[in-house]
Amino acid sequence: MGCGFLAFIALTSNPFARLPQPPSDGNGLNPILQDPGLAIHPPFLYLGYVGFSMAFSFAVAALIDGKVDACWARWVRPWVLAAWCFLTIGITLGSAWAYYTLGWGGWWFWDPVENASFMPWIAGTALLHSALVVERRNALVSWTILLAILTFSLSLVGTFLVRSGVLTSVHAFALDPARGVFILALILIATGGALTLYAIRAPHLKYGAPFALVSRESGLTVNNVLLCTAAATVFLGTFYPLFVDMMGSDKISVGPPYYNRTFVPIMIPVLLVMVIGPMLKWKRDNIQAALGRLKYPALVSVFTAILVLVLTFGRNAFAAAFMAVAIWLVAGSLAALAYRTRLGAVPLATTLRLARTTPRAFYGLVIAHAGMGIAVAGITGMTSWATEKIEMLRPGQSLELSGYNLRLRSVGNVAGPNYDAERGTFDVTRNGRFVGQMSSERRFYPVRQQQTTAAGIRTNLISNLYVAIGEPDGNGAWAVRFYYHPFMPWVWIGTLTMALGGFVSLSDRRLRVGVPQRILRECRFAVPAE
Amino acid sequence: MNMILRMSGCRVLLGMLVVLAVFSSFAHAVTPDEVLQDPALEMRARTISQLLRCVVCQNQSIDDSNAPLAHDLRVIVRERLVSGDTDKQAIDFIVHRYGNFVLLNPPMQLDTLALWGGPALFLLIAAIGFGRYLRRRSTEQATETPAALTTIEQERIAELLIRRNST
Amino acid sequence: MGRVVSLTPVLLFILLAFGLGFSLTNDPSKMPSLLIDKAVPAFALASLDEDGRGFPSADLRGKVSLLNVFASWCPGCRAEHPMLMRLAEKGRLSIYGINWKDSSRAGERWLKANQSPYARVGFDENGRVGIDLGVTGVPETFVIDRSGRVRYRHAGPLTEDVWHEIFEPLLARLQDGSS
Repeated sequence: MGCGFLAFIALTSNPFARLPQPPSDGNGLNPILQDPGLAIHPPFLYLGYVGFSMAFSFAVAALIDGKVDACWARWVRPWVLAAWCFLTIGITLGSAWAYYTLGWGGWWFWDPVENASFMPWIAGTALLHSALVVERRNALVSWTILLAILTFSLSLVGTFLVRSGVLTSVHAFALDPARGVFILALILIATGGALTLYAIRAPHLKYGAPFALVSRESGLTVNNVLLCTAAATVFLGTFYPLFVDMMGSDKISVGPPYYNRTFVPIMIPVLLVMVIGPMLKWKRDNIQAALGRLKYPALVSVFTAILVLVLTFGRNAFAAAFMAVAIWLVAGSLAALAYRTRLGAVPLATTLRLARTTPRAFYGLVIAHAGMGIAVAGITGMTSWATEKIEMLRPGQSLELSGYNLRLRSVGNVAGPNYDAERGTFDVTRNGRFVGQMSSERRFYPVRQQQTTAAGIRTNLISNLYVAIGEPDGNGAWAVRFYYHPFMPWVWIGTLTMALGGFVSLSDRRLRVGVPQRILRECRFAVPAE
Repeated sequence: MNMILRMSGCRVLLGMLVVLAVFSSFAHAVTPDEVLQDPALEMRARTISQLLRCVVCQNQSIDDSNAPLAHDLRVIVRERLVSGDTDKQAIDFIVHRYGNFVLLNPPMQLDTLALWGGPALFLLIAAIGFGRYLRRRSTEQATETPAALTTIEQERIAELLIRRNST
Repeated sequence: MGRVVSLTPVLLFILLAFGLGFSLTNDPSKMPSLLIDKAVPAFALASLDEDGRGFPSADLRGKVSLLNVFASWCPGCRAEHPMLMRLAEKGRLSIYGINWKDSSRAGERWLKANQSPYARVGFDENGRVGIDLGVTGVPETFVIDRSGRVRYRHAGPLTEDVWHEIFEPLLARLQDGSS
């Protein structure tokens, strides 16, 4: 793989190729990319993509070898976990960067390139969870192998999408069908080869221990099934316009409305089962007993739904339902911890002792699942209750939005390092009390002949205020756009918490491999991870 | 990026974290002169605009794009609404001129059957597969002989036997 | 059954790979015109030089013609201009123009400075007629047949290649009377 990509750079994207007529002042960098985000967002993404190549290699090795067992899963899991953590962070950074750079408060557009990073993430999440079943019960083996191959393949297909120019996207920065051909060749060799190997060898892989319909394995399998359906849906939506375009003369678009109607309904059961799963015992459990352990989270969720309905005068049932799901996730994850440490059923000292001996992987689970809940709350809040106002303001004038008062203090000219700008400064007050100052600029980059608007953002980690100055009307007034984004920071706090949970899991001692000679003999599948 | 931590006295919320951030962006596109007087109509116009693609942009709706054509289309949508069109009629007006490509919500037609039916089909296949897997497992459970030992397990047993035989 | 199930992924992948391969030959930004084989949407533009006659869409009927949408601020229009002049001078084809989203002064000045290949020029200040034509940018050129129906739409400057490969054969067919 390494050779393949080095060849790719050398042959189709040579950064050292000479230009026949170099521009005297350089070409300048696209103003959107003139940002620290460019230095951190791609590396994290690629740590994720490339990390999954380890799982891919492990899977191919297992197929060649002809056996997959708990040892294999124990080896694979840290790599998948690490890759998943980095990919989570990478996607979060992309979303936050889009929020303040490409946006008007937009943080996810179901853009093909965004989907290209999201699909491996979903598949990686499924892989993470099915590897657990392989490790613990030696079941779902051939499915996990397939998933390992597919996750990395989705990363490759994502690279293809970004570089080849076959789909229009806001990420379209350096496109070239020649690059597309090269990457497609890479994909054919890697994925085609792996899947052919799978077709030949998979039927020889042995089954493991069976499990009942209600069990943790079953919960994990349901998780897998739903996540893969979700990934397939995103894939369908992303590539469908392409295939319709090639088939007939009609050209269609698949935008956010499609994903809202298909992806979201598929994810709802995932979010619900996320809490029930950790409460189930391995091999066989009783559904009533499991749900009984979730009494308190269920009560708190219902209470949240009612609270939201009351506070919003019953106007938004969806928001109430999803906020309840968010609380369900957080409360349910904490309940899993409480159940494991037998909180309330044994003396506090025993609970604390159990808490100390609980493996870090379990804490990772709790933190990651709770993080998902925070993210869901953020997404719900943002989509339900975001407000905005657009007005022409003269210096000294103000506008009101959601209890905040924004006053334009002054507009002046500012010179930046490679741009000229018009900057507006604003005062924000709430109920008469001064909240803070914000500023926004309209920048013109002479080298690229491009104009951008720099927005001002103010956050208290629970909600954001967002202001952008627009064109002047020639009469001393400027167009001002003011947004109130409640719960927006929670989207990223939630996803970063998920990554944190992953890192906590990664620090579990049992995942650390000891001195090489001892490994073959001491593969501790007698003490599996949770 | 300036980060000034300020405690705002009596508020119950977390300490106000001031992030006066001035970042590059393309701002949201609706200009004040486009906004309709009637808030209900304006709401409809915004919703419709978010469903229509800006055809000269890279994957944005006309509500989000500040391209001149997007501006023209936003104004047209508002004009149609003001003149009494329903949402569907306003959208059809644009689709009539630019095709299904402008619809960010793909239409329900013959060549999008697979698109809209796909997810449900995937779920169905997945559910059937899962059901069959479980059923196969439970019948196997009744007739199952213990799985063969893995190589590692065999090695361990050999080791243990050697150790036992040597003590 | 196990064998079939294991074969499915690689088979699906081969299909996908073919699809992706073909897609590389596809340009995602090209939009087909909805007006092909339909009548030119009716319009009545003021003429650019304000001679009082105006430029109604009815003028496009009765002969095979080109309808060229242009603007003074558009570099592509400047690039295709010599081509249009050559076509106009040959005299076998009527070329009509629409000055799109421009100021009439700038449009007139541009035509005076660069000579006009157009039989008539309409002035579409707010771009509405352009939208009725499905125009997304300038320049765009439409081929209109005798009955006033649109037969082809080319987005972008009219180059020699495009002319020889697409326009010439099409116009020959239309002008011979077969429609």
